[in-house]
Amino acid sequence: MGIVSPGFQGRPRSSASDLPPGQYLTEDFPVLSAGPTPRVPLDTWEFVLTSETGAEYRWSWDEMTGLPQDTPTVDLHCVTRWSKLGTTWQGVSLDTLLDGVDTTARYALAHSYGGYTTNLPLDDLRGGRAWVVHTYDGGPLPAEHGGPARLLVPHLYLWKSAKWVHGIRLLVDDRPGFWETAGYHDYGDPWREQRYQGD
Amino acid sequence: MWRVARLAERRVETPTAQTLVLDVPGWPGHLPGQHVDLRLTAEDGYQAARSYSLAGPADGEQIEVTVQRVPDGEVSPYLTDTYAEGDPIEVRGPVGGWFVWRTDETAPVLLVGGGSGVVPLMAMIRARRAAGSRTPFRLVYSVRTPDDVIYADELRRRARDDQGLDVAYVYTRAAPDGWRGEPHRIGLADVNSHGWPPDLEPLCYVCGPTGFVETVADLLVGLGHPTRRVRTERFGPTG
Repeated sequence: MGIVSPGFQGRPRSSASDLPPGQYLTEDFPVLSAGPTPRVPLDTWEFVLTSETGAEYRWSWDEMTGLPQDTPTVDLHCVTRWSKLGTTWQGVSLDTLLDGVDTTARYALAHSYGGYTTNLPLDDLRGGRAWVVHTYDGGPLPAEHGGPARLLVPHLYLWKSAKWVHGIRLLVDDRPGFWETAGYHDYGDPWREQRYQGD
Repeated sequence: MWRVARLAERRVETPTAQTLVLDVPGWPGHLPGQHVDLRLTAEDGYQAARSYSLAGPADGEQIEVTVQRVPDGEVSPYLTDTYAEGDPIEVRGPVGGWFVWRTDETAPVLLVGGGSGVVPLMAMIRARRAAGSRTPFRLVYSVRTPDDVIYADELRRRARDDQGLDVAYVYTRAAPDGWRGEPHRIGLADVNSHGWPPDLEPLCYVCGPTGFVETVADLLVGLGHPTRRVRTERFGPTG
């Protein structure tokens, strides 16, 4: 427990909570990003998976939306401390995309239209825990939330769920991405409060 | 690492915004545009933390944040109404390495702030002055009414004394007497006439509520500014 700030009580709160430490609930959907929102036309959109040997696996919009679809309902936790519970998405599991990809890589670097990157262990993209999603709450994913498609990795802080995702590069060695280079944690587990480097 | 800070001084900026000057022993310094997390702990151990932009450049072991009071907020009303001189608070930071301006940069700078989004931009303006930089700066500050202008006196003074700093206002609800034009939301004409043309390769910093930042960033891209030179910081009503 930290030092007590005299007179601070906080909001009335219930004991039952699905919130990781240091998070508070929000009902709206705040936006965090580093620059302007990219606008990506669907007829030129593609998702490119690149293995550590340079082999490329590409999906167009029609190919991606033609794959088997999941509809995960998940909680979101942003490093800026808001959490949003019970969000519903539709998209393609990374298990589906990685199926048939010949790799021994242990790391992944997601990259986005607009230049954003973020790193994750490849294992965290497997096992039904990560998706490329294109539908939020029953409708097309709005551009300010990463549309037409974003990565969704809800067990990590939300900056790992790269908006406007363009592809994933598989890596033998870990390589920090955009926010990680700017001081944020390499892994980002909300339940362990891994916000910044050194946490 | 959380450091224990104490309130050294409070300045009232507007009816709803105050600047808190904190003594932070061991503060490592920071860049203009970075922010801190402030953490409060209640008697029963409950904690709440929020991020606030640093309002001034590095100055020894003192930092400044400017807090906009959110009526239903959990943290900001405490900071503006209850938190007293000498009281402890926990500080973590500095945080953020992208929305920053370094004083050795020479490219022209466009700052576009909406409401309390002016705070990190003011840190850049103050850092420019403190470093004796002659980098050309333009600030476009969108605000509801003249009474809502944070740092009003200082901005007036700096626009007069700091060579190469231009300040323009966009009023959304009520304009002062003698201001040319009607109150309006920021638009293409404002960004075009008070900004820099893209061929001068300015660095653009946009900070404010989400809708404001979306609008301004889209306008800048539409005017031909490369997306990598448009840096944004957005905030919501998170109190």
